[in-house]
Amino acid sequence: MNLHEYQAKQILAGYGVSVPVGEVAETASSAQGVARKLPGKRYAVKAQVHAGGRGRAGGIKIVDSVAAVEKAANDLLGQTLVTEQTGPEGRSVRAVYVEEAIESQRDVYVAVLVDRETSKVSLIGAETGGEDIEERAAAKPSIIKTLMVKPDGSAAKGAFESFAKKLNLTGALAKKAASLFQGLTKAFVEQDASLIEINPLVVTTRQELMALDVKMVVDDNAMFRHQNVRDFQDKDELDPVEMQAQANEINYIRMDGNIGVVVNGAGLALVTNDMLTDAGGVPANFMDIRTTASSLDISAGFDLLLSNPNVKAVLVNVHGGGMQRCDTIAEGIGISIKRCGCEVPIVLRFAGNNADYGRTLLGNYGISYIEAQDIGDAIERVIALVRSEVA
Amino acid sequence: MAILVNKDTKVICQGMTGRTASYHIERAMAYGTNVVGGVRPGKGGSRHLDAPIFDSVSDVVAGTGADASIIFVPPPSAADAMIEAIEAEVPVVVCVTERVPVLDMVRVKDALEGSRTQLVGPNSQGVLTPQACKLGVMSTVHERPGTIGIVSRSATLTSEIVAQTSAAGLGQSTTVGIGGDPVHGIGFVECLKLFMDDSETAGVVLIGEIGGAEEEMAADYLNSIKASKPVVALVAGRHAPPERRMGHAGTLTLFGRADANHKIKTLRAAGVLIAPNPQDVAGAMRQSLE
Repeated sequence: MNLHEYQAKQILAGYGVSVPVGEVAETASSAQGVARKLPGKRYAVKAQVHAGGRGRAGGIKIVDSVAAVEKAANDLLGQTLVTEQTGPEGRSVRAVYVEEAIESQRDVYVAVLVDRETSKVSLIGAETGGEDIEERAAAKPSIIKTLMVKPDGSAAKGAFESFAKKLNLTGALAKKAASLFQGLTKAFVEQDASLIEINPLVVTTRQELMALDVKMVVDDNAMFRHQNVRDFQDKDELDPVEMQAQANEINYIRMDGNIGVVVNGAGLALVTNDMLTDAGGVPANFMDIRTTASSLDISAGFDLLLSNPNVKAVLVNVHGGGMQRCDTIAEGIGISIKRCGCEVPIVLRFAGNNADYGRTLLGNYGISYIEAQDIGDAIERVIALVRSEVA
Repeated sequence: MAILVNKDTKVICQGMTGRTASYHIERAMAYGTNVVGGVRPGKGGSRHLDAPIFDSVSDVVAGTGADASIIFVPPPSAADAMIEAIEAEVPVVVCVTERVPVLDMVRVKDALEGSRTQLVGPNSQGVLTPQACKLGVMSTVHERPGTIGIVSRSATLTSEIVAQTSAAGLGQSTTVGIGGDPVHGIGFVECLKLFMDDSETAGVVLIGEIGGAEEEMAADYLNSIKASKPVVALVAGRHAPPERRMGHAGTLTLFGRADANHKIKTLRAAGVLIAPNPQDVAGAMRQSLE
């Protein structure tokens, strides 16, 4: 689950990481009200969306007066922000975070994540931060420094301080950085984060360290032990169709084609869309029916697919396994089609566990479909169908 | 021979009395798997599916000489169940449980270091040696004893390749689902090593997908040895839309390796034959075995 900047800062502040004073606002006038209470004369007005690259996309405005805060908030709220991480559709700005602007002497990059090669909690950093970090690291990978920490977030004595020195944080700053890193990795483990990124971590003119921007993602699988974090969920940031699918044990991603795709298992779903694309078709979605989905879940997933007006034909490619069998999926499709009475053409390929039983069930529901011999045959047939529909 | 499990493997189940576990263990028994007992704290001394139930893994190992365990414990306690099996030195452990928190798996990986256990999963369909031992939840419709080792990140694609290698008359020595989670037990490299050393395996199919760097690590390993057996790989997700991102850190640690085309290029350079689609896998394997 993605957190907003202001939520992440609130969590990190509890672990001794200093952050600028600020508050979130949903209207321009309340943004102005926040600014009035803040110390200093310069303010940062920051769009709260779940994506990075906001600065380069114009989602962060630094202003010099309370009146300018109101104007900046007015400009940002309701705007669709397109950054390098949002995709072309962008994100709608529903809230801004107003905080005191901090005079920075130097920007550093720091993040914590689980390294997939070593399976260890890993603190990474670079002595210069900023939104161009990926380009700089691609050109020179050695700018990224790494410290693997223990599963509980702790490290050997002095390890955080030596890591600070690798980021060119020396003297008194090294000690301050070490205690910040300790808090950061502790927060990561205690909150079941999958990412905490501070970019930039600034050295202020008073030689203090402050987290100017924070990205934080929490492991969805660990929500059962983090009610406090669950309350942070911003449903407006999630795609309602994908969220509904999740509630029905289905991984679903909307795409822009005209062939609805029904598959069980992520690997087979990826391969089906690969083959469809190779053959000149365009999928309307990615669908992975999880092993835990019941026939009612599957019917809800099929409803979502049918509610997409672009869908001209449906490709069902199911390989029944030990946990998700063809008959359960047939029943889900049957329920959905009976319910809506729609007549979308279906190309069906059932294989594996209970394939025959699945076909019989579809017959019992009175569903007509074109039967395919294998995946390649199914793809040819569904593309031919769509071409004849469009022509 | 096969790898990890065979007809002599003595299997136990952790969380055996649950509904899902009972369903799958009953089928594993019917398949001929030698299930010698189960674990359910508080129910030691009782019997379930005609097998003795013990209070702990160390009790069941002492009482039965078990050498493999399959875990069906809900996510909040799955990590503790895995660690209990590791501490009881069970040689092969499969964890079927889905949605185990990633940081719990970091703890499990720490417990695995220097241990005697090979962990498969979590979020894995398990290990199958056809007609000998089913330590998993996979369907057994198309599998046939044979010579192809299959190691996969995807359960459904494994079923697909099992069906094809059987239809092509090759059959399988063992199939291993390493699981779909970012942090998991044994990976492609460990399985490739086991298959290379297995006298019954003539060739290996590796089923990868976008994300992580495990395919690249497999390629590095194959580059470091003189592979005595052909390896055919399928990498799913060549046309998947780019994932929505939060921040830069993922990119900074993977440097483009998560991409399907990068994986394909790297595997090909290591001498792996790439099957563009699942339908091409068995044919490619037959050709390289001739």
